[in-house]
Amino acid sequence: MSTADTGTGTGVTDQISPERVVAPLAGRAAPAGRGGAGTAARAAGTRYGLPLLVAGVIIGIWYVISEVVLNSYQRFMLPPPHRVLEVGFFTWSNFVPLMDALGVTARVTFTGFAIAIVLGVGAAVAMSQAKWVENALYPWAVVLQTVPILALTPFLSFFFGFALTPRVIVTVIIAFFPIVSNSLFGLQSAEAGMRDLFALHKAGRWTRLWKLQFPAALPAIFTGLRTSAGLAVIGAIVGELFFKQGQAGLGTNMTVYTSLTEGEQLWASVLTASALGIAVFVFFGWLSQRVVGRWYQPKGR
Amino acid sequence: MTTATRAPALRFSGVTKQFGGGTTALADASLEVAPGEFVSVVGPSGCGKSTLLRIASGLDGITEGSVEVATKRLGYVFQDATLLPWRTVYQNAALFAELEKMDKAERRRRIAEALDLVGLTGFEKHLPHQLSGGMRMRASLARSLVLDPEVFLFDEPFGALDEITRERLNDELLRTHRARSFAALFVTHSVAEAVFLSTRVVVMSARPGRVIADIAVPFEYPRVPELRYTPEFAALCGEVSAHLRSE
Repeated sequence: MSTADTGTGTGVTDQISPERVVAPLAGRAAPAGRGGAGTAARAAGTRYGLPLLVAGVIIGIWYVISEVVLNSYQRFMLPPPHRVLEVGFFTWSNFVPLMDALGVTARVTFTGFAIAIVLGVGAAVAMSQAKWVENALYPWAVVLQTVPILALTPFLSFFFGFALTPRVIVTVIIAFFPIVSNSLFGLQSAEAGMRDLFALHKAGRWTRLWKLQFPAALPAIFTGLRTSAGLAVIGAIVGELFFKQGQAGLGTNMTVYTSLTEGEQLWASVLTASALGIAVFVFFGWLSQRVVGRWYQPKGR
Repeated sequence: MTTATRAPALRFSGVTKQFGGGTTALADASLEVAPGEFVSVVGPSGCGKSTLLRIASGLDGITEGSVEVATKRLGYVFQDATLLPWRTVYQNAALFAELEKMDKAERRRRIAEALDLVGLTGFEKHLPHQLSGGMRMRASLARSLVLDPEVFLFDEPFGALDEITRERLNDELLRTHRARSFAALFVTHSVAEAVFLSTRVVVMSARPGRVIADIAVPFEYPRVPELRYTPEFAALCGEVSAHLRSE
């Protein structure tokens, strides 16, 4: 047994405070045996019944505004729901272009979102590895989020024209920030005690990133993805409002229907765009549950 | 039990530790642990007991003095079980072995052995949040046992557990200690726990921490749970407490 010196410290004063952050470690009990069929039915009622009730109220208000508040000359601004369904969705000659536009918007959304995920998570990883990178980049991520897209349109069109590319770029810009901020928060969220485990065995930067920081960050990353999913759709629509060349997306059509005062088709496009956003949001909620739901439940559930 | 002839497994000589803020956590603390010996450290809150362990493990540096650890095979159990919540019991037990790049087959064999030793066989696929506090500590113990440590550091590992669980884990820890015969440095708030487990109990002063008493515990191993209720045991606990109060 050889005698190895671990620290014959001479004047080594370090800054780390000895207090350990004692965080309660996943003390959640499994929700075993929660009531019978009665409570299950009630839970389902709360889960699905209430949103449906709210939907009913919204449709009611919609009817009131459309039929009572607006007169027949103004009604094009908000046609009653059944007219939107009839003209916008159930008229074949209108439905086909609506679905075509949805396809185009979906492609811009997914492309932009995918790029935003890669750039956003990548930037967060870089920032989590060195404070100076964070100090250098983070303010610019904030700037990117706050810059008015309208101001960028001449610039973007100069370099990328008026078709799909600048739309994707607008989508990336809008979806980027929540991914960066949530991922960075997650990557920095590992408890001090857990970081000690890796320090104890002199684990390298990549080992620590891969085995500690990244898994610990996954719940937060998914929160960012869910937030950005809806924003990506908005980004694609906004991009289509400005860059109208090439294939028409939902946003392109919205400007056309607005100028033609075709309220039914305008609102059909709006509803379709929200449906796309909801679909992406729900998908990432499901994916999050699949990936981290096994060990992570948001507090208070 | 104290083997003065052999080189100590762990030796602190005149260790002083100051933190950046100017707080002195340890002042001229000296302490030796012989191979196979079980030494407990008791002392008031904030007396630098935990700092002693962090220094021994290399997590913290020192300001003055010297620290010698006779091995690289070091076990460390923290106050908190600090299990990674996304890893199963088995995967958590594997963590240190992974970080030390232990051979895969060897790793599997040792994990099975360690989980068996702490009584977690059959719980390999459980996640930490599905375990009780006591079981989480066992998993944490297994994680270090996989390395077959020669020096084992314990930082109030059972402080958050209820009395019954704590006593049971104390019994099991002694069994494990006999099976593996590591040198243990065990920090605790409980005088009874310190006396029950140890060959020696070291009492530290309030901050800045110094060693103010070093009391040999004469009871033979294996120690039976009933030892806790003998007059001799009570007398020794009384002696340790008296030192704590004198501070």
